[in-house]
Formats: sequence, C-alpha cells, structure tokens
Amino acid sequence: MAQIASLLAIDGALIVVAGWLAIGVAGLAALHNVRLVGRLLFPLSALLSVALAGIALLALPGTPQTAVLAIGLPDLPFHLRLDALSAFFLALLGLASAGISVFAGGYFRQGEGTPPGLLCMHYHLFLASMALVLLADDAYAYMVTWEMMALSSFFLVTTNHRIAEIRKAGYLYLLVAHVGAIAILLCFGVLQANTGDYTFANMRAQHLSPFWASCAFGLSLFGFGAKAGILPLHIWLPEAHPAAPSPVSALMSGVMLKTAVYGLIRVNFDLIATPLWWWGTIALGLGLATAIFGVVFAAAQVDMKRLLAYSSIENIGLIVVGLGLAIVFNAYRMDALAALALAASLYHCLNHALFKSLLFLGTGSVLHATHERSLGKLGGLMRFMPFVAWTTLVGVIASAGLPPSNGFVSEWLLLQSFLFTGELPNPYLRMLVPVFAAGVVLVAALAGYVMVKFFGVIFLGRPREEKLAQARDADGLERLGLAWLTAGCLLLGLFPVAVLEVIDPITVAMVGKGLAQSGHAGDWLMLAPVSAERASYSPLLFFLLTLSIVLVAFALVRRFYHGRVRRAAPWDCGFPMQTARMQDTAEGFGQPIRQIFEPFFRMRRELPSPFDSAPRYKVTVEDPMWAWVYLRIAAVTEAASRLVGLLQRGRISIYLLYSFVTLVALLSLTQL
Amino acid sequence: MNVEGLLAQITALLVALAGAPLVMGWVNMCRAWLQNRAAPPLLQPFRLLHKLFWKESVIAHDASPLFRVAPYVVFGCMLLACMIIPTLSTNLPLAPAADAIALVGLFGLARLFISLAAMDIGTSFGTMGARREMLIGFLAEPAFLMVLFTASLISSSTSLATTVATLAHREFAIQPSLAFAGIAFTMVSLAENARVPVDNPATHLELTMIHEALILEYSGRHLALLEWAAALKLFAYSCAGLAIFFPWGIAEARDHVALLWALPALAVKLAAGGFALALIETILAKMRIFRVPEFLATAFLLGVLALLVHLLLGA
Repeated sequence: MAQIASLLAIDGALIVVAGWLAIGVAGLAALHNVRLVGRLLFPLSALLSVALAGIALLALPGTPQTAVLAIGLPDLPFHLRLDALSAFFLALLGLASAGISVFAGGYFRQGEGTPPGLLCMHYHLFLASMALVLLADDAYAYMVTWEMMALSSFFLVTTNHRIAEIRKAGYLYLLVAHVGAIAILLCFGVLQANTGDYTFANMRAQHLSPFWASCAFGLSLFGFGAKAGILPLHIWLPEAHPAAPSPVSALMSGVMLKTAVYGLIRVNFDLIATPLWWWGTIALGLGLATAIFGVVFAAAQVDMKRLLAYSSIENIGLIVVGLGLAIVFNAYRMDALAALALAASLYHCLNHALFKSLLFLGTGSVLHATHERSLGKLGGLMRFMPFVAWTTLVGVIASAGLPPSNGFVSEWLLLQSFLFTGELPNPYLRMLVPVFAAGVVLVAALAGYVMVKFFGVIFLGRPREEKLAQARDADGLERLGLAWLTAGCLLLGLFPVAVLEVIDPITVAMVGKGLAQSGHAGDWLMLAPVSAERASYSPLLFFLLTLSIVLVAFALVRRFYHGRVRRAAPWDCGFPMQTARMQDTAEGFGQPIRQIFEPFFRMRRELPSPFDSAPRYKVTVEDPMWAWVYLRIAAVTEAASRLVGLLQRGRISIYLLYSFVTLVALLSLTQL
Repeated sequence: MNVEGLLAQITALLVALAGAPLVMGWVNMCRAWLQNRAAPPLLQPFRLLHKLFWKESVIAHDASPLFRVAPYVVFGCMLLACMIIPTLSTNLPLAPAADAIALVGLFGLARLFISLAAMDIGTSFGTMGARREMLIGFLAEPAFLMVLFTASLISSSTSLATTVATLAHREFAIQPSLAFAGIAFTMVSLAENARVPVDNPATHLELTMIHEALILEYSGRHLALLEWAAALKLFAYSCAGLAIFFPWGIAEARDHVALLWALPALAVKLAAGGFALALIETILAKMRIFRVPEFLATAFLLGVLALLVHLLLGA
C-alpha cells in the first residue's frame, strides 16, 4: 500500500495542481457569480489542499521521485522531482492553504475591484505555481514557475487597483521580485558551471571552486532574500501585505515567503556540495539584524496588517538565523548540531505558516466587520467577535513564542542548537554564537510585547469608535478556516515529536544526520532532540499540568469559598469620567519602544505647546532603509541617466551623426 | 515514576503553596524592622488571602471572559514554575516536562495573560500597567535566560534538575562567570517581582505603580489568586536563585535523609534571602520608569558577560 502511495505521489501532486488550474478556469467562467465561487470553488480547492498535504506527508519518507512534463520549449521540458524537502514544503503549502482557501470562500465579496471569478483564477494560479516551484528540478522550470508565482501574486495584491496607494505597493513588489529573480537566475548560471545543462541533478554533480560557490551563495541570499524579506530587501512586505486582501496576505506571508526559504535550503544544502563556514556567519548576522529590525518596527506600527508584515520579517529573520547556524555546523561537519538547527528552521517555517495565516485571517474578519485597519480606531472587539478573538489569541500566543504553543517549540529547538557549541573549532565563532543566542532571546521577548499590543488594542478595552458595537462575528466558512489553522497551531505545539519525525528524513538528506530523537521512537511524549539529560520538554505534559492546576484551583475556590460576582462600573482609582479615548492607543503602547530604540527610526513628531487651544499630537515612523539605501540608489540612478540624457538632443540630424560616428569607428576597428 | 519522586513532588507543591505567603510575610516583617516600624505578624499574608477569598468579586460591566480566566491561568503558571524548580530535591518526576527555557516561557505566558487582562477593562491605568509590565518583561526575560544559560553551560544541560545537581557537586569556589550571573540575577528578580528600585510593592500612587496598576480592577477571589501568584513568583525566583548559586542542602535521588534536611536548609536560605531583599528595598530608592530599561539592559549585558567569561575562562 505504502509502495503504491509513494509511487504515485508526484502524479498525485500534479493532479492537485491541475485541479487548482481547473478551478481557476471555472472561476473565469463564473466571473460575477459570488455564490458559486465562494460556496463551491474555494471549498473545493481547500479539499485539494488537504489532499496535497496528505500526499506530501505520505511521500516524505520515501525515495525521491521524478517526472518530466512535456510542456516548455522543444528541447527543454520541465523536470520535476519530489524529494523529502519538496514534500515537506508541499505539506506546508497544503496545510496552510486549506484553511486560507476555506476562509477565502466566505471572505471575497462583490465590489472589491477585481471581480470574484478573476480573483479565483489568480488565486489558484498562485497556488499552482507555488506547488510547481517546490517541485521544479531544473532552473528553467524553476524560473518559469517562480515568475508565474510573482505575477499572479502581483495581480492579487492589486485587487483593489482603483486605489493609487495599492497600485504603488504592487509596483514596488513587482520591482523587488524581479530584481530578486535576476539574482536567482544568475545563481543558477553560476551553479551549472559552464556545462550548459540546467537540471538540478547536473548542478549537484558540479564541484565549484570556493570563489564561484561563494558567488552562488551570495546571489542566492540576495535573490531569495528579496522574496523572503531579508534586510534591506524587506521594504515591499510592509507595503504589499496591507494592500492585498487578507487571505492573499495570509497566503503570501504564510506560504510564499517559505518558497524563498525552500530555495535557500535547496541551493545551499543540496545543490552546493561544500558550504564554507563564513557563509553561515553572514546568514546569521543578516538574519539576526532582520529579526531585530522587524520586531522593533512591528512594535511601532499603527496599522494592524503592517504590524503583522513586520512581524513576518522578524520570523523570516529567525528562520535565516537557524539556516545560518546549520550552514556553520554543516561546514565543520558537526552533523548532529546542523540537523538540530535545520530542524528548528524547518519547524519554524511550518509554525509561521500556520500562525501568521491565522493572524492575517483574523485581521481579515476584523476588517470586514469594521472596515477599519488602523489600530487607533479599533478596540473592545472581543465582546462582539468572540470566535475571532479566541482563535486569534491562540495565534498571538504562538507568535509570541510562549509555551505550550507551536511557536515556542521551534524557538526552543533554535536555542538548543545555539547552546553547547563548545566543540566549534573556530574560537571566534565559539564566542560569537552565544551572543547571537542573546539576540534571538531578545527578539522572542520583544515579539511578546508586539503581540500584546496587537491583541490588546484590537480586541480588548473599550471600542474606540461608536460603530464598532455593530461588528458581527465571522460566520460559516470564515470560522471553519480560522478553526483549521487554530487546530494546526495547537497540534503542532502539543505533539512536536511527531513533527520532528516528519522532518527527520529531510535533515538526513541535507546534512547527513537525523536527530537523536528518532533513535528511541517509543518516547512520543518527551521532546529530547539530543539526549534526555541535556534537555527535554514535554508540551503535552506542560499543558495538562497547567490545565489541571487551573481546574483544581477553580474547583477548590468554589468548594471552600463562593462564586459570587457583582458587576459594577470600572474602579480605575475612583476616577469617574472614563472614556474610551483615555486608553492607550497603538502609538501610546509603542512609545517605550520608540524611546528605547530611537536611533532605529526616522521619526517625525509634532508636539503641541502648553498654550495650544486645539492641541495636536502627531508622530510618524518611517523605515530608515528608504533613506539609507533606496533613495541613494535612486539618486545614483538618476544622476547616471541624466548623464546618458546628455546624448539625447531630440534632433534627427544629431542621431544620424551618432550613427555615422559609430559606423566610422567600427569600420576603423575592423581595418586595424 | 517512583514513590520517592512522587513524594518529593508533592512536598515541593505543598511547600510552595504554604511557603510563598510566608516568605512574603517575612520580607514585610524585616522591612518594617529595618524601617523602625512595628512589624505585621508573619502570617499576615494568609489572613489577607483568606479575607479576599471571602469577599465578593466586583467586576466591571464590560469585562470579557478573559478577565475572569486570567487569575487562574497566572496562578497555574506560577504554581507549575514552583513545581519544576528543584526547591527541595532534584528528583522531581515532573522536571523533565520543562527545562530552563520553558521556565522562562512559563513566566512569559503568565505575563501575557495578566497584561491582556489589564487591558481588558479599557481604563487608562490598566493599559499603562500592561505597557510597563511588557516593557520590563521584554528586557528582563532575556537577562534571566542569560543567567540560566550560564548555569546550563557549566553543567552542559538546560534541565534545571541536572544543572542544580551538577553545581551542587562542584567544590566551593567563587566562579567569575557565576558572580556576574549572580548580580544579573539579583537585578532581574528585583524587576520581575515588582520590587524597589523598579516598582514599589507598597505603593498606590497612581503614576508610579506597575504591578498594582495591572491588578487594579481585580477584587475578591480573583485578587486573592493574583496576590498568591505574586507570592509564588517571588518564591520561585528565590528558590531558583538559591538552587543555582547556593545549591547546598538540596536532596538527590535515593537520599531519604537529605529530603528531611532539605526543608530546614531551604528555610534558613530563604530567611537570609528575604532579609537581603528587605535590606535592598530599604536602602535603595525607586527609579524613574525610563531608568528601568538602563537598569535591565545592564543586567542583560552582565548576563551576556557571564556567558562570555565562562566561554573564555572555562569557569
């Protein structure tokens, strides 16, 4: 049975892709039929996602399978391959998109720019291209599907294309995506080492000199970094995520960013045979900088989706930190630790896919119920939207990296791989690595701050606007999508041993060793990736203990005392004239962070004087990377084009003169 | 799981539940003596808890269920923390469920819930308290973890029981890394337990309070649970510090006599620690809130230094 299943897995995955494309075409046929698209096509697509996840999980431990698609150029067919790494990311795609698609079925409505049928088409093209990116086994197929992914997501981002800001965000996204794609193309060019054969199998066989291998590493970090949002190429994320409809933001942040992580792993662990240790330190440094930058900026945001976008940057940073560490260990052939760091990264990919999708979908429900994205105008929604609030709370705990959620498990694994690196042969690295651990811990703690702000300002307190009292909770399909992702977050958090068993074949394939956990498979309760003496963690036990203490405490209080409750006005130190405007705003909650990390921000503040009759307080926080990097590049480009512009005179005689001079010069060259 | 382990676990639980308010009472007593006041009786915190449990709970009109659940969750987290820290014995069957990192996560979870509950009513003091609590938390958490990492590196294990057992078996010598870590730990625990110089547990001056602002809207049994949880937190931090820096007298597996000795040893250590805390609180003044990040950043850097000193000197 398993034999048949693994034999057919790649075909199964292709059938799912074909199914998605068919649904997309069906959407085109029913261009304005919201009911058909929402109630039938999107739920159907979610079923296909579940099937894909199932197929991928079945195929994961098996041997790699290949297929050749007859589409493409005459001599360049698409090579596809399904190995453990692809299978893992396909499973991630399936699990996350199942929830997102169901939610999308209830979310998309008439009258938001692009008609729903066309949106359905773009959406499924996006899903299909992501699956094909993960399956591609040659540079040609990879680049074509990569471009398909970029273009379909561009159209999704610009769904509300009547708003100028959204068009601008889409343009920025497209630009960064293409600059990145060029780097990836060049990276594949370097990897094929002048053999002219662009299949990944050929690239694996090449042994590059350290110089060219380093070039490939740098290009891959730049190219995939542009898609993933590594500093300083992150600028498109906080623009594109708020612009896109929420399910699309969820898909982009939860899944698309992971395809870039997949690319990084594919190139640097699979295609390049011998990694160098200093690549790892570059990845570590960049990753940590990205993470700190992301989380600090998330704390200062006042737009809920922009806050989540910066939080995604932070999480990508943490994932890259794990990859960097794995590269360092891999270069020194410390396989057990490399496996641990890589497993932590992969686990975090999966976690982030689920909890960030959940949070984005939560903001989608809030957006639909209130038509408000600004944190300053929300508040108190827990009373009106309890389902969304409680499911979001699970995502918040996961995103803050607290036990017993899934976010904590990957953070725990990452910190475990940072400790006990005493065997590293390089003394500087031995010193540096624990300092990086301190940075990771700081990021994790700050993430808690960000998430309290996010949840507290949106769902708790009093409504800051009158109209919020009319907010309606999510219904039907939206609830199903949220519940799916919430369940995913909980299960991934409570049963980490099972997840690590799934990840094991990947680390075996990539760094040559699995985790010690798989040695004694009977221990499903206790997570002990290295050895039980060194470190162990049991989320299930942890959760049950906390739960039982809470229940026993509750029962005892009721038994020995009483359960009387009286409702009254809030106490607030006896101050009687409380209004909703006296709560902390998002700006207020972020103020300590702005003050502590002041050099990070480009802040513009407008402070009222004590004598103003109508005092105004205004603070705007800008991304310093614009001024430090992008505006400078723009200035240089402009200066260069002005120089070139000197040639343009706008008179035909002068252009003829240019051609004449060129001809003469060429003729004289050939004479020489 | 053996009978001894179970016994040790239950003893630890009971000692924590009973000992935490006692430590609180002892610190208050010492502080009163040092400040030339008449001291409240040692059992005063128990009377307070009993009184609060009997009182009716008054809740704001628009409080959500989160507000009512939070005290139980916070209490549960703190009690679990006391159960996994080796207070009396390192032979704890529950200890493998959570290591040093999970312990910090546990405190973080409690902090998240209490901050969210404080924001729930939507009063200005509540949100202010939540903001300040999270500010202290995000700086204190990494510092605390650095201290625990230093101890973990010495024993090459993040399991608290193994760490304490290893540290207890070393010869007595002042290790430079542990000295740095000790200072960092003291600073962190002052901040985390809302003590002078970061917060004043006796204050009700609106603009300076942190912990009190968080629990301002609570009354009756909910307040009792939160007060008990605060006492448990102080107990947990004290026991963690004592176990790492003064690990003598803690029983190990298959050592029946030691378990009997462990309780008086812990009592003596806690009494000394409580007196030291009261002394610190008496001789220091409270800081302005924006001095606190500096204070905690110092603690964090001391923790990192401790880690580096250990790696450099191997001690």
